[in-house]
Amino acid sequence: MGYSGASDGGLSIILALTGGLLIGCAANLIEWAFGQTTGVSGITASMLNRSKSSWHGFFLLGLLGTGVVLALFFPEMVVATRGRSIAAMAVAGIFVGVGVRMGGGCTSGHGVCGISRRRPRSFLATPIFIAVGMLTVTAIRMLMPGGQL
Amino acid sequence: MGPLVGLLAGVLFALGLAISGMTDGNNIVAFLDIAGAWDPRLALVMVGAIGAHAAMMPILRRRSRPRFTSEYLDPRPGKIDARLWIGAGLFGVGWGVAGLCPGPVLVMLPSAAPPVLAFTGAMIAGMWIYDRWNARTAGAPLSLE
Repeated sequence: MGYSGASDGGLSIILALTGGLLIGCAANLIEWAFGQTTGVSGITASMLNRSKSSWHGFFLLGLLGTGVVLALFFPEMVVATRGRSIAAMAVAGIFVGVGVRMGGGCTSGHGVCGISRRRPRSFLATPIFIAVGMLTVTAIRMLMPGGQL
Repeated sequence: MGPLVGLLAGVLFALGLAISGMTDGNNIVAFLDIAGAWDPRLALVMVGAIGAHAAMMPILRRRSRPRFTSEYLDPRPGKIDARLWIGAGLFGVGWGVAGLCPGPVLVMLPSAAPPVLAFTGAMIAGMWIYDRWNARTAGAPLSLE
């Protein structure tokens, strides 16, 4: 795998949709079991804030545990972003950490759960972070011809 | 049982990200690279996820209560205020630079790639700093949203 934008016909389309279905199923499972949203930024923050919720830690364990299996047996599926210095990644991380808490969600919280539940805040936040993300990548492309940040 | 369900959901979520190529930060950047070689797959992931979740929500809500808790916990309605769009904007900038957001980055963390480690540490620091600042200035309990 590791397509890097190259399309190999219908397979990558099917895999993308199927992956999305799995994510939606995870959100459905959480809703059925606990009646709560599956926003990873909120779940992560609740662990930092030492919440007593029983399932948050296990959910994160599921993410990390799967990540361990991928790293060991399917390392080609896990690829760090190219052309970005450690400093750039750190600054980006601060922006994301502050932004998801200030805005109240991320791609899973707002983009998947919020939109599925027809929440006005999510219908506003999701296009904003997608559009700003697109502007950012375009600006990097224009200002850093080598693509290195 | 509850914890196991949480674990299963995390595994499903992670598998969904992995098979769709979303654990490759370059694919995310490619989705955001509308002026360049555009990769539409993130949009398809969201279509699949929203499709599956939105379709099931009304059906799930027919039950009077969740399986392991006493009530459905809908997030507070919340104001549409400056924090919402500024926060979304800040997230968008960081996401555009790194091609990473909380879900994928936690799945990628065990790979121990230095850029991923740097991003994750900084992201956690950013979340922690904002929540502490927010609690102090607003006097409100830390939000779970």
